[in-house]
Amino acid sequence: MDYQNTLTTCTYCGCGCTLFLESIDGKLTGTIPCKTGPVNEGKLCIKGWNVHEFVQSDKRLKKPLLRKDGELVEVSWEEALDFTATRLKEIKEKNGSDAVGFCASAKVTNEENYLMQKFARAGIGTNSVDHCARL
Amino acid sequence: MAGLAASFGSGAMTNSVSELEESDTIFIIGSNTATSHPLVATRIFRAKEKGAKVLVADPRKNQIAAFADLYVRHKPGTDVALLNGVMKVILDQGLENKTFIKEKTEDFEGFKSQIEKVDLDEVSKITGVSVEDIKTMAQTYAEAEKASIVYCMGITQHTNGVNNVKSLANLSMLTGQIGKPGTGVNPLRGQNNVQGACDMGGLPDVYTGYQKVTIEEANKKFAEAWGVPELPSKVGLTIPEMISNIEKDEVKALWVMGENPVVSDPDANHVVKALEKIDLLIVQDIFLTATAKLADVVLPGVTFAEKDGTFVNTERRVMRVRKAIEPIGDSHQDWQIIQDISNRFGYKMAYDSPEEIFTEIAALTPSYAGITYERLEGQGIQWPCPTQEHPGTPFLHKDGNFSRGKGLFHAIDIKPPAEVIDEDYPFWMTTGRVYAHYHTCTMTRKSRLLDSEISGGALEINPSDARILDLQDGHRIKIASRRGEIETQVMITERVEKGVVFMPFHFEETNVNKLTNPACDPIAKIPELKVCAVKLEKA
Repeated sequence: MDYQNTLTTCTYCGCGCTLFLESIDGKLTGTIPCKTGPVNEGKLCIKGWNVHEFVQSDKRLKKPLLRKDGELVEVSWEEALDFTATRLKEIKEKNGSDAVGFCASAKVTNEENYLMQKFARAGIGTNSVDHCARL
Repeated sequence: MAGLAASFGSGAMTNSVSELEESDTIFIIGSNTATSHPLVATRIFRAKEKGAKVLVADPRKNQIAAFADLYVRHKPGTDVALLNGVMKVILDQGLENKTFIKEKTEDFEGFKSQIEKVDLDEVSKITGVSVEDIKTMAQTYAEAEKASIVYCMGITQHTNGVNNVKSLANLSMLTGQIGKPGTGVNPLRGQNNVQGACDMGGLPDVYTGYQKVTIEEANKKFAEAWGVPELPSKVGLTIPEMISNIEKDEVKALWVMGENPVVSDPDANHVVKALEKIDLLIVQDIFLTATAKLADVVLPGVTFAEKDGTFVNTERRVMRVRKAIEPIGDSHQDWQIIQDISNRFGYKMAYDSPEEIFTEIAALTPSYAGITYERLEGQGIQWPCPTQEHPGTPFLHKDGNFSRGKGLFHAIDIKPPAEVIDEDYPFWMTTGRVYAHYHTCTMTRKSRLLDSEISGGALEINPSDARILDLQDGHRIKIASRRGEIETQVMITERVEKGVVFMPFHFEETNVNKLTNPACDPIAKIPELKVCAVKLEKA
C-alpha cells in the first residue's frame, strides 16, 4: 500500500487555505487541513474538508469529444487537437484575429492562464482575452 | 478592481487576511463573509473576541450580520448614498484625518464640495437606514485606531460598481485608515485564482502584472520576449462584448477554459443563443458543463489535484499547487493542451513543466520578479516581490505612499440601478451564494456530502410578502423578469426585507441568471447581478 500526503492549495474560494490531499495507491481518499497555512491555520470549511470528492467523480470527462452530425462523440487527442488548430487557422485567415475570443479562467493556475493569453496575443493576434472575474 | 486602481494605483486587496485580527473596527459591506469566505470570517470572529467593533451593511441580513455590533439594511443599489452619508457625518463632526488628506492625497476639494451637498435625511430616505445608525457607523469607523473595510461582489456587481468602490476608497483616505497593518480596503476575491487570472493578463487590456497593451514600451517588450514582430495594441473584448459580437457575426470562434458562462453570466438565454450560433466553440473543462454541451470540441483538462502550478489568493499571496494523483482517464494537463494546439496552429511553444512557464512569467513581470518555485515552499509570497531578496508585501501603500503616488479622491454622485421596480415588476431581486456550494456547482454537486447538504435553490421572501401572495415554506413559485422566467420553491425568512427577494445563482435547473440584468458598469463592465426587478406568481 502506497500512502501519500500532498501539500497543496484549495481550489474553491479565494481564501487560499492550504491542505494535504491523502491518497492510497494513486487514489484520493481524504483531506487534512494544514496547520501552518497562513490563512486557515489548521482549519477548513465544509467545502474544503470535502474538496477531494469531486476529483474522482464518474462524471469526469475522460476523452476528447468532437461534434459529428450534431452529436458530441469521443475521439482521439490527435483528431481533437488537429480539428481545433485547423479551424482556428481557417477562422483567423477568413475573418481576422479579432474574430477569435478567449475565456481564461479564475479556476485554473497562473501558468495555464499565462499560456492562454500568450497564445491569444502572440499566436492569434488578439487582445480579446477575459475571464469571469466580474461574476 | 478598476475603482481601487483609479484611487490608489493598485486594484488588489490592500492588506492581509491575518491583519483583520489587529483591527479595532471592521466595516463589512456587500460581503456574505461567513458563507463565501469562511476562513476570512474566522479572523473577523477572533477580532471581535479581542474587542473589535463589527459594522455590517447589506440589503440581506446574512450570517455575519448576526455577529455585528451594528447591522444596517440598506436598499439594494444604494451603497453610494449610504457611504456619502457616512462621509458627510465624518466631515460635519471633524473626524477626518487632516494631515493624511493634506500630505498623501489629491483632489480632496472637489470631493468635499460634493459631500457638503449631501442631506442626511434624504440619505436616510433613499437607503432606509436611520440617521442615527449612519452617525454611529461614521464614528465607529473614523474614531478607531485601526479600521478595515471588507467588501465583495455586493459592492461590485452593479452598474455603478466602480463608483461604489471609489466611495470606499474615499472613506479610507478621508480617515487615513490605509497604509498600515489592520486597515485598508479589502476586496475578497470570489474564486480561488481570480487574482492570479488578472495578474497573468487574463484581461483584454493588460499583459502580466497589469502592463498595458496600449503602452508601446510594454507592447514591444512582450513582442520581443514572445518572438513575434508585433502584438495587437488595441484593447480586446470583455466576455459580455464577445457574446454580443457573436450576434453581430464579428466573433466566430470562442475558446472557453474552465468557465461555465451559460450558468454564471447574466441573461443566460441570450448567452445560449450566442453560443449556439458561433462557428467554433472550444471548451476545455473537467466536466460536461452546460457550456460544454454546446461545444464543437470538448478537451478534457485536469483538476487541481492532478496538476502542478500556482494560485494567488485574495491577499495577493502566490501559493503552490502540487500534483497528488495522475490525470483521470485520458485527460491532459491544461498547459499541455494549450501548447499542443499552439504548435499545431503554427506558433511554437516548448515548455517542459509549469515551473518553466513560471520562470518566464517572473522574468516579464516586475511584481513577480523575485518569486521562484523554490521560494514558494512554506507560506508562499505576497506580491509585489521585485527581487530575490525581497520578502513580499503583506500590505500595500505603506504610510500612505500610494502605488500611484498620491491617493486620488473622486466626487461620486448617487445613481439608481439600471432597472428599478415598477407596477409590472414590483419586487427587487438580488442574488448570491450558499455555504455548501461554489459558483456554478460544477465541482461541489459532484460531492455526495455537499450535494446532500443543499441540493437546490430556493427563493427567499419576507413573511409579510409571503402572506400577501398566500405562500408557505416549500410552495412553488414562478419568478419572471423582463428577460426570462424560472420556477422554484420558496423559503420564508426575515433575512430579506419586504419587497426584496433573494436567490442563489449556483443551480443550473433554477438558473437565476435567466432573470438577471446584463446592464454593465461602464468602466469595469461588471453586470448588475445584484439588482433587477421581478414579479412573483404562485405556481
